[in-house]
Amino acid sequence: MQIALSVKNLTKKFGDFTAVNNISFEVEDGKFFSILGPSGCGKTTLLRMIAGFHKPTSGIIEIREKNVLEVEPNKRPVNLVFQNLALFPMMNVFENIAFGLRRRGEKGPEVDKKVNVMLERVGLPGYGKKQINQLSGGQKQRIAIARALVLDPTVLLLDEPLGALDAKLREHMKVELKKLQVEVGTTFVYITHDQSEAMVMSDYVAVMNSGHFEQLDTPQNLYSNPASSFVAQFVGNNNKFIVGLKKDESGNFYATTPEGGQFLLSEPFDLQDQGTFEMYVRPEAMIINPSQGNKAINELNADVKAILFDGGNSRLLVVPENSKQELIVALPQNHQFDYIKAKDKIRVGWYPESAVCFKKSEEKIYEEL
Amino acid sequence: MKNSKPHKIRWSFIIFFIPVALWLFLLIVFPHLELLKMSFTGTDFYGKSGFTLENYGEFFKEPIYWRTFARTALYSIFVTFIVLVISLPVTFYITKIAKIKSQGFLTILVLIPFWVSELIRVYGWIILLRESGVINKFLLKIGIFKVPHEMLYNDITMVMGLVYTSMLFMIVPIIGVMESLDDALIEAAYDLGAKKTTIWRKIIIPYVTPGIMSGSIIVFMLVLGSYLTPKLMGGKNALWFTEQIYNSMIIYFNWNQGAAFGFLLLLLSSLIIFVALKVTRQDFKEVVK
Amino acid sequence: MIRTLPNSRAYTTAYRLFIAVFFIFLFSPLLITMILAFNNSMFPSLPWKGFTLDWFFGRGPDKIGIFHDDSNLRSIFTSIRVAVAVSALSTLVGTMAAFLFEHEDFKFKQAFYFLMLAPLVIPGVILGISILLFTNAVGLFFEDKLGLDMRFLAPGYWLVVFGQFSFITTITTMTISARLKKFDRTLEEAAYNLGANKLEVLRFITLKYLRPSIVGAAAIAFLMSFENFNTTLFLVGSDQTLPINLYLQVRDGSTPVINAIAFILITFTSIVAVANLYGGNKKNQT
Ligand SMILES: Nc1ncnc2c1ncn2[C@@H]1O[C@H](COP(=O)(O)OP(=O)(O)O)[C@@H](O)[C@H]1O
Ligand SMILES: [Mg+2]
Repeated sequence: MQIALSVKNLTKKFGDFTAVNNISFEVEDGKFFSILGPSGCGKTTLLRMIAGFHKPTSGIIEIREKNVLEVEPNKRPVNLVFQNLALFPMMNVFENIAFGLRRRGEKGPEVDKKVNVMLERVGLPGYGKKQINQLSGGQKQRIAIARALVLDPTVLLLDEPLGALDAKLREHMKVELKKLQVEVGTTFVYITHDQSEAMVMSDYVAVMNSGHFEQLDTPQNLYSNPASSFVAQFVGNNNKFIVGLKKDESGNFYATTPEGGQFLLSEPFDLQDQGTFEMYVRPEAMIINPSQGNKAINELNADVKAILFDGGNSRLLVVPENSKQELIVALPQNHQFDYIKAKDKIRVGWYPESAVCFKKSEEKIYEEL
Repeated sequence: MKNSKPHKIRWSFIIFFIPVALWLFLLIVFPHLELLKMSFTGTDFYGKSGFTLENYGEFFKEPIYWRTFARTALYSIFVTFIVLVISLPVTFYITKIAKIKSQGFLTILVLIPFWVSELIRVYGWIILLRESGVINKFLLKIGIFKVPHEMLYNDITMVMGLVYTSMLFMIVPIIGVMESLDDALIEAAYDLGAKKTTIWRKIIIPYVTPGIMSGSIIVFMLVLGSYLTPKLMGGKNALWFTEQIYNSMIIYFNWNQGAAFGFLLLLLSSLIIFVALKVTRQDFKEVVK
Repeated sequence: MIRTLPNSRAYTTAYRLFIAVFFIFLFSPLLITMILAFNNSMFPSLPWKGFTLDWFFGRGPDKIGIFHDDSNLRSIFTSIRVAVAVSALSTLVGTMAAFLFEHEDFKFKQAFYFLMLAPLVIPGVILGISILLFTNAVGLFFEDKLGLDMRFLAPGYWLVVFGQFSFITTITTMTISARLKKFDRTLEEAAYNLGANKLEVLRFITLKYLRPSIVGAAAIAFLMSFENFNTTLFLVGSDQTLPINLYLQVRDGSTPVINAIAFILITFTSIVAVANLYGGNKKNQT
């Protein structure tokens, strides 16, 4: 596989502030690559460096193995779909899409054909004559992507293109966008703060936090094997326990909570550096009232505080005995747990391999979810 | 944004800056410095020119000069006030009372006379008001007047003319602000039991103050610096200060005296505008927007 | 009080009456002026002596209509020449100033900005004499020191153009700046990203966006120049502009030919204003 985009040790400083901190990655041709991170973590800055609107403080950007640092933005074989779309209001749809082609000196029927093929491809055939302000949000979205794709860029950069859409449309566009990418086979570098967008569409996702990558992996691996506390919290939902660690005489590791709970862990840890740890257990890894006698399973008693009904995504809000911390437990809608009511006492359990544990990080943790 | 076009000489800056700087310096700054310099220059007994305070001394020595000056200033403030008092109900009518459909039409109707040259507007009043004018002829015909009356060439007519020629510059900025006043504010005040006068005092006037200020500044400026209207409609034996300047410059060809008068007028207008802005706590930059 | 609130009948009637009086006040001088352009009389006054078009087309000997009135025709022509030059120059420099103040950053920007606004608070008469004094001084300097005769620095066409340009450019700058403020600069980046060079970005994106305001500014500049009196008064040479020429005639008394000129001007501006209203409405609908 050819490498479409390669970034090496890229850093960008605004004065004293480091917006992008020594980032390296490669994207293979034809892949859908996402960069996922909270707003303000430096995603746009990174993308603008690739597009050529920011000059990196240090590092290298290569497109198809050619260094493009000295290439002006209008000559780089990458196109950008802007966060606010930046469709030209003084031109109609056709002229917007034809703009880049005309700048290359293409004329006449050639341009007509390419634009119309592109309009068809994004599902808006015959929209050429429309003015930009006559389009709906989703249509504008597609035109912005069409305008960039028609130039057949080596890499298409997309800066939170679905951010402005309402939730329903966003769900729909996610799927559309993925289909489109598979169809045209162009390399997409997609940035977003919405983990579901990144997970649904991407071949690879890089999780970004305050200027650096925390983890670069497939969506499945990000979910099941988060490499850091940040990733564990940012990708998907998670229950967090503040714990200490200890090792028993047979070499098993346990997480201990201040309330006296003791939970078996599946991995060994280096206990040299003492201190606080964070243990994460996904809501769907939590088993309600597990069958008794299973030695390997961790268990705790809890009160049901509320039932959060949400169809297939229904959950229980529970509070462990002697604790104030709230936990979220997935509630499968297969009638097996219909008997559970608020204020009930239940047992909650999970297998040691479902839990991940990290040294408590000093950095501020993202707070949206 | 500033980083978007890196490592470049700022050609765009140079291209934009040079003509603007030439305009501002050659046509604004230097001419006014020259005005200032000329106002302190005089020719002595031997025809040699040099520094003098004589031009300003003359102004304070001759009562006719400073009286004209004071008269011009006071009348300008008075006219601005009258214009404001008329403009507020008119703009309120156009933006808040007239049918929505006729709003645009009324606005245009108010704007049309504004685009017609001041001279033509004054001329219209002259043929209406003079002794042989339309109103006199009409009133004689229907028997209200026995003999024709000269209605031009007095201060009342002059004030009316100044109000007429400058009013649009008050109406336009106030309409702009008044339009953005949400009807719901007035409805809410009314609902809470406010009287009309209270609504005007507490809601409308404070809201449109930026418009009032920009209108007042422009109107005051125009009236203070107007030449045609006082000249053609005002009393023959009481001058406007701009006429004084014209006379010094063009008739007596005393440029130094004219420069001193001009500078005094400039000082006066800046001072009054400054005080007005300070009193109403408005920012010049905001007001002229 | 407002449309949606109840009002007493007396209040409503009084308000309507006030507005009616206001509009009569606003239009009576203009209407009378226009009507008297058609009076078959030697004076712009009553009594009505019958309808005539002589004040437009008359060839003399006693009634010379505007279309055969050399002095007035010449001044109209002069005014147009001045207005075209002022409109072109002030729109060009105004556009540059708008870019300078909205898109560039430089030392003393604030000071320059205030300087740009200054002509708003300088009486036109003062601007006129300052420029007269300054150009005279510069002209003398060139003549004395360099032996150059700088004709364009003496009162006349160019001085009038400079004088009007000096304050009208403030208006054009503000008009164009107001629109440039609303311009989304990512559009420029988008065009650049799609392969346009800087000149193409300027031409196809930025200037295209500014065009309505540039056209508007040019029209305003033209009208302001065409009717300017105060600044022009001190800078005019032997070629008089229309307002100056009319002033002399009004001051010294004249035939209704002035009414004919006024008729043409008022009609012309009204048509422009109404066209503007109509055009503006159409734009809002799309
Ligand atoms: N031109 C700039 N000058 C200074 N700081 C900037 C600039 N652009 C972005 N930043 C800062 O860099 C950080 C990252 O911004 P950005 O890349 O836009 O984040 P994201 O797109 O992930 O929300 C932010 O803290 C922002 O304030
Ligand atoms: Mg961003």
